[in-house]
Amino acid sequence: NFCVIFITFEGFLSRAGEANFPLAKMAAQEVQPSETIAKLKSESEALKTKLEEERAKLHDVELHQVAEKVDPLGQFVMKTRRTLKGHGNKVLCMDWCKDKRRIVSSSQDGKVIVWDAFTTNKEHAVTMPCTWVMACAYAPSGCAVACGGLDNKCSVYPLSLDKNENLAAKKKSVAMHTNYLSACSFTNSDMQILTSSGDGTCALWDVESGQLLQSFHGHAADVLCLDLAPSETGNTFVSGGCDKKANVWDMRSGQCIQSFETHESDINSVRYYPSGDAFASGSDDATCRLYDLRADREVAIYSKESIIFGASSVDFSLSGRLLFGGYNDYTINVWDVLKGTRVSILFGHENRVSTLRVSPDGTAFCSGSWDHTLRVRE
Amino acid sequence: SFINADFNIFRYHVAVMCLENIMERVIVSMQDPDMGMKMRNQRLLITVIPHAMTGRDIVDWLIQKYTITEEEALHIGNFLVKYGYIYPLKEPRNLCLKQDETPYRFQTPYYWTSTRWPASELDYAIYLAKKNIRKQGELIEYEKECYNALHKRINHTWDFVVMQAREQLRASKQRRKADRIVLECQEQAYWLINRPPPGVMDILEQGPDRRNVANTRVQLVSGQMLAIFVKYCEQYQDHDPIMQGCLPSNPWITDDIMYWNMNSETVTMPTKLRVERWSFSFMELLNDPLGRKELLTYLEKEFSAENLCFWQACEEVRHGEASKIAAKVDEVYKQFLAPGASRWVNIDSKTMEKTLEGIKHPHRFVLDDAQMHIYFLMKKDSYPRYLKSELYKNLLAKAIVPQETKKSVFPFMRRQRHSSPSPALVTQTAEDNGKAKPSAAKANAGTASQI
Repeated sequence: NFCVIFITFEGFLSRAGEANFPLAKMAAQEVQPSETIAKLKSESEALKTKLEEERAKLHDVELHQVAEKVDPLGQFVMKTRRTLKGHGNKVLCMDWCKDKRRIVSSSQDGKVIVWDAFTTNKEHAVTMPCTWVMACAYAPSGCAVACGGLDNKCSVYPLSLDKNENLAAKKKSVAMHTNYLSACSFTNSDMQILTSSGDGTCALWDVESGQLLQSFHGHAADVLCLDLAPSETGNTFVSGGCDKKANVWDMRSGQCIQSFETHESDINSVRYYPSGDAFASGSDDATCRLYDLRADREVAIYSKESIIFGASSVDFSLSGRLLFGGYNDYTINVWDVLKGTRVSILFGHENRVSTLRVSPDGTAFCSGSWDHTLRVRE
Repeated sequence: SFINADFNIFRYHVAVMCLENIMERVIVSMQDPDMGMKMRNQRLLITVIPHAMTGRDIVDWLIQKYTITEEEALHIGNFLVKYGYIYPLKEPRNLCLKQDETPYRFQTPYYWTSTRWPASELDYAIYLAKKNIRKQGELIEYEKECYNALHKRINHTWDFVVMQAREQLRASKQRRKADRIVLECQEQAYWLINRPPPGVMDILEQGPDRRNVANTRVQLVSGQMLAIFVKYCEQYQDHDPIMQGCLPSNPWITDDIMYWNMNSETVTMPTKLRVERWSFSFMELLNDPLGRKELLTYLEKEFSAENLCFWQACEEVRHGEASKIAAKVDEVYKQFLAPGASRWVNIDSKTMEKTLEGIKHPHRFVLDDAQMHIYFLMKKDSYPRYLKSELYKNLLAKAIVPQETKKSVFPFMRRQRHSSPSPALVTQTAEDNGKAKPSAAKANAGTASQI
């Protein structure tokens, strides 16, 4: 490990007389003649092997080992089928309507647009009174959308088809946080919204009254994402934050019932595996991971040495076999969830991918990007 | 302008460090004495620059090291240049990787983005002044603007700026030409990143500031536990349109919405795949409105339809408006729980007692226990029998297997992409039907409004 001393302004001045030869001042925490490094390397390799031997003795496995006999996937050809242009600035978030073809998207300049992605027609537009609208969600009924961002609120807009009606007039302010809104989601109905915020909490709200129904405390820093569990009893959700933790919560009691901390940086996105038995996460540490809820631990890592940039957004295909990850290097990597290998890399966006969702019937997925566009791909 | 965006974006914060650490790992391995890149002297006009490499070398090394395609290697290599870890010796203003004989060099760690020594106005002023003194007309348009703006803003220290610039130029003249060229390129690359010209993407922009923190319990998991994922993926594989395609065709590919029409909530005859899926789990049956309808029909035959109705009513309490909870709970009590109720549900006495006590002070979750009891009753008892019933088997036998429609080969025969009524319209019409005609007519006039 090296650490670099910050060259202060004073330091710069004092060297002003010298030749401006850029000397890298490296203060090492440890001695590093090359023999010591080699020795440490081999020591760590030996420890790793020993650890794996011990785990194997206890029949401890990872998902890709269990999936060894599964047929590998063939080549995937996924093309962009629709490009949605209309935002004047970075697209930050999107969500699908239950009708499988409409979407809502939000951007840095405060615009929230509802599209029929199939025809690429814009159907509604709202201008929020704030910039960086980082969260948006479609109501289950298809009759409203929720959004928020730097205004620290989550507001619900009923969708009116009257051309003359100003959507902003009927806006309902539902959630109030003390820092930016990072994510929002309706629960099983139009009547409740779950939010996560830069203030470190998540909260459940009654839409009609704006009443806080439950709040969730436990993250040590900004909460960036959440997803509701598709379980039979429908009572839990998972959140991910800048404290590198993914927490599972009981919606009824407000308690954190499970916590996972294996990422090395902010968790930007969490999404449940379709059966609800696990969830995937995407992080600034350039990896995606799968956490098994019954085993209470990480069971797969999706990473590659050539993937340097953070994953901003993840979602599963309908069967859970594929995991799509949108990354900050403008690409989408497609992973074989069972085998842990990368199946495909998709280019096309011209800036970072900020949001990605598979459609409700799994026929396509949509990605939104800082390049101002959204793309629907199959 | 040095001010970026409309609120306090701090360009350097912890999350960025992760990216840079990862990038630096790549750079360090590129410079590994054994496995790293082979560097050589590169000729730049009449000067020979040592320790350089070509763009082609860089791409080839990345391909070989990470087992990736040329496209991906070029993509990554470009970022290494854009983030200032590698800079070009020719066309130094153009920070991109060319996959040819163009020479590049590794940036000195002193100038690495992660080093984070604050790129102050004073430093930039000295840099621009040096350029201006060295060669008249060297500054390009936006640099001239910056220079003039700086001259105004830090005018009080301008003498110092010019003195510094002159001093640094004098010192560099004493160097060999090769060294001088390298140092100028390094510095120029650094400033191109820290003061990007207008129109060039600012790679340091990160979005709203975040608070972070600076790190496990070891648990064991057996192969049996993980087998459920393999099983689930296999079971749903044929139902995954991205994996296996769908019949008649994927609407996004062929522009034909037959698939959506055939699978809508209100079809008279569902597809075979859809009916099969109801057998995967009780949740699948319940989540499909058509499946739920079929289940209700079956339960009516068995005289236990009240179970499903009760479950549904409980859902509405749990997910409905807070203000309506008391009224809804009362309705549920009257219909399903009261002695002699018309649709009385059979719950065990303990749960019933607890529930009846609870609804005296109704809240959102007061019916949870009763609901769960009825849910598992249906799941363990009614559901398996439904799957074995004639009703289900007949439906499965009659269910449709659509014919495949292929994408039209001729572009001019491309299908029209039909609009569909907005879900908001459907609800509005339903509301309006209760009101006067005129508003219903307006709601029905064509598709949703254009922006």
